[in-house]
Amino acid sequence: MFSLKILFKNAFRHKLRTTLTVLGITIAILAFGMLRTVVGAWYAGVEASSATRLITRNAVSLVFFLPISYKEQIRQVPGVTAVGYSDWFGGVYIDEKNFFPSFATEARTAMELFPEFLVPNDQKNAFFRDRKAAVVGRKTAERFGWKLGDTVTLRGTIFPGNWDFTIRAIYRGAQKGTDETQFFFHWDYLNESLRKTAPYRADRVGWFLVGVKSPDMAADVAVAIDRLFKNSLAETVTETEKAFQLSFISMTEAIIVVIRLVSYIVIFIIMAVMANTMAMTVRERIGEYAVMKTLGFGGWHIGGLIFGESLVIAAIGSAFGIGLTFPAAQAFGDYLSQYFPVFNVARSTIYMDMAAGLTIAVVSALFPVWRTVRIRIADGLRRIG
Amino acid sequence: MADTRPIIVEIRNVFKSYRRGSQVVPVLQDITFDIPEGEFLALMGPSGSGKSTLLNLIAGIDKADSGAIRVGGVDITTLSETELAAWRATSVGFIFQFYNLIPVLTAFENVELPLLLTGLSRRQRREHVATALAAVSLSDRVDHYPSQLSGGQQQRVAIARAVVTDPTILVADEPTGDLDRRSAEEILELMERLVHEVGKTIIMVTHDPRAAGKAHIIKQLEKGVLNDHVLSQNPL
Repeated sequence: MFSLKILFKNAFRHKLRTTLTVLGITIAILAFGMLRTVVGAWYAGVEASSATRLITRNAVSLVFFLPISYKEQIRQVPGVTAVGYSDWFGGVYIDEKNFFPSFATEARTAMELFPEFLVPNDQKNAFFRDRKAAVVGRKTAERFGWKLGDTVTLRGTIFPGNWDFTIRAIYRGAQKGTDETQFFFHWDYLNESLRKTAPYRADRVGWFLVGVKSPDMAADVAVAIDRLFKNSLAETVTETEKAFQLSFISMTEAIIVVIRLVSYIVIFIIMAVMANTMAMTVRERIGEYAVMKTLGFGGWHIGGLIFGESLVIAAIGSAFGIGLTFPAAQAFGDYLSQYFPVFNVARSTIYMDMAAGLTIAVVSALFPVWRTVRIRIADGLRRIG
Repeated sequence: MADTRPIIVEIRNVFKSYRRGSQVVPVLQDITFDIPEGEFLALMGPSGSGKSTLLNLIAGIDKADSGAIRVGGVDITTLSETELAAWRATSVGFIFQFYNLIPVLTAFENVELPLLLTGLSRRQRREHVATALAAVSLSDRVDHYPSQLSGGQQQRVAIARAVVTDPTILVADEPTGDLDRRSAEEILELMERLVHEVGKTIIMVTHDPRAAGKAHIIKQLEKGVLNDHVLSQNPL
């Protein structure tokens, strides 16, 4: 108790210096937490993916389509429980800055395959009954103030023209990490229009969504599907939803590496600042520590006080940093929700923040502790007066 | 009449030197003398004569190159650093020239500090501290921080801190060196009282002839050598 008292009194002996150091650690931990959250947001799609869902796409590239006739063949593959299909619609609402992901999809199977998208039954039925209906995520609905029954017009970029939809359902995510920004409508609505305006683009899909019985069957099912279409005009690549999502992330991997690197550099810099603070503190108090040694306190006892002081400063800064990460992430996520539909501070980020704070405390105290343990009492006492 | 008091400090053939670059500078050469229990001894000598070094050796905060120093029957030259630290905690009380109180602790807490190394309970510690502060007439300043006390009061707190563990010996390095004349007198009177009333053994380094005049024995160091000539021997 007494040692704790000395420790806190020592930590705040130079109020300005300690306050500035605490502020520095707060900002560093906040920056570290935010950067880790950005990386986490990048992987949100991967984290939310299911091990029992496969994606079958054109082997050349995602921009090439697959014939709708593949559906029944895929359905026959042992282990497959459901097959749906989707197209990336890429619609624009009024202005391009109002981005949200929009898909034409085979709705009944999609809703079966994506149980994490929670839609009330009455809304689901209303959606199924209306061919021009759309299901929209809660965040996007709130962003534009859309309500059930509203008519929304999207300008097609891949499929030209103005497309009118009626909002019939609003989904919520079952988990915190579920994307609540997406916009779905009936693939049939798109296809019927294409048959009239661009028949050569009709009856084709961007990818198939394949449900499998169990995760351990996924690899075999994927191989079996791709074997079906080997040497056809549209060969396929089937992969798990996770691998599919990761293939997008791999395109921007360099950015993620840089963000990760910057997050570690931030911690390294504050570590240097904190180490300087502790070195200055100990240099000023070397006489006092010599007095304590004279009174019979061992080197490691005094080392413990120095380490404790470093821990107090780092803990206060880290606590503020962690505390501020949540509102900062909320504000950041709201502001950039079109780019980061899921922007949550993960528990692992908090643990990493704590680990970073502890590392700062330990590393900063190492040299001062070593110096204090080694210094001879007579040399320390000579610094006084 | 022969002194029948038991010997509390025995110093035998002590040598100490410092290394300055490639040079070895002798500081103490063949120092041998005894200090009986309840003695008030002053070590005098010019700057650099080795008196503070000798005090540090007796107090176990520095180590001799050779020779033996026994305090209360313990040969401290054979103790390890850890053993020495434990020994200092119970056997030596220190009084420094610049008081050396911990500025963030109150007078009470400063006096309590050495007791943390003992097995005393919190209540026992408080009793000991209260007694020590009462002995130096500072019971009304327990919650004052060093910066709120005069030099003389700070030195009295330092004396309370030195005696609170009831050590075998008290060592004082220029205890009046930073005080005005009146405060110095008070501190010296307090030290005299500790010798006469409590039977403490005090070894004091000083430049001040007035301070040395309070001691029973004054020993003179010249260039690391102890003069056999005892400058003064005040009867008890």
